[in-house]
Amino acid sequence: MLADILLVCVADCVVGASFGAIAVSGGQPGWVPVAMSLLVFAGGAQFAALGIVLAGGSPIAAALAGLVLNARYLPFGFAVADVVRPTAVGAHVMIDESVAFALAQRDREQARAAYWTCSLALFVIWNVGVVAGVFAGRLIGDPNAFGLDAASPVVLIALVLPALRDRGTLRAAAVGAAVALATTPVLPPGVPVALALVGLLVAGRA
Amino acid sequence: MTIVAILVLAAGTYAFRITGPLLRDRFRPGPRVTRLLAVAASVLLVALAVTSGLTRGHDLAGWSRPAGVLVGAVLAGRKLPFLVVVVAAVATTAGLRLLGVH
Repeated sequence: MLADILLVCVADCVVGASFGAIAVSGGQPGWVPVAMSLLVFAGGAQFAALGIVLAGGSPIAAALAGLVLNARYLPFGFAVADVVRPTAVGAHVMIDESVAFALAQRDREQARAAYWTCSLALFVIWNVGVVAGVFAGRLIGDPNAFGLDAASPVVLIALVLPALRDRGTLRAAAVGAAVALATTPVLPPGVPVALALVGLLVAGRA
Repeated sequence: MTIVAILVLAAGTYAFRITGPLLRDRFRPGPRVTRLLAVAASVLLVALAVTSGLTRGHDLAGWSRPAGVLVGAVLAGRKLPFLVVVVAAVATTAGLRLLGVH
């Protein structure tokens, strides 16, 4: 289990670094990615919110998109409620990977150990990666010359791919993406992504 | 990004995270709501990846970025390590621009 957690940490450190670099090379001040990573601590929502702002959308639209993404932590919280104590800290460091590791364990003590090891390690590594990325991003200057603008969409695809094995989810995502793409030429930035939620109408049942 | 927007996102996210552990035995969301939340997250992530990968502003993003994103998506689909996937995508886009393809 420790080896698996370590691998996740290495990967997330790279993702964190790319988040910091993309933010500052897109024109955001350095404290923005650092504050987001410390206070929000959720990769998908952070990239989503940043992407909307960098595309010219409003910060509040970005926050709302991030909140819709993070609504999954509501059911996650019920799923791992028994191992999150002490609750105030345990809830803040709750993250997809630590929930997955905890649910994969057989007994409650192991689940608790897995949850806390993975959560705390990822919280530290993620934030170290973001700070490193902020400094790297400043050195890079024009990120487009280095192809960094291709990084964030690919990160999102890699994160979401396992969930798309579910037929209903794949159908909903395909319809949603088509709607978002078709409305991008005519609607303000951020709105097409929110409109993608009409894809839920074809998600069907589990 | 403004500090107010970051705080709104942070506070709302914390509320989502802490509700389950706090309520524990009193209430649990049904399987339909749980699934709906999970599918909604995936739908939003895919829409964001597709629009930010293929468009810039109100227009298509040219060739180099979509090509890099496509390479990354194919490699991710073949379950290659995360690091390889991201580096290959970035290298493809950078390489095309070096050759003058934008």
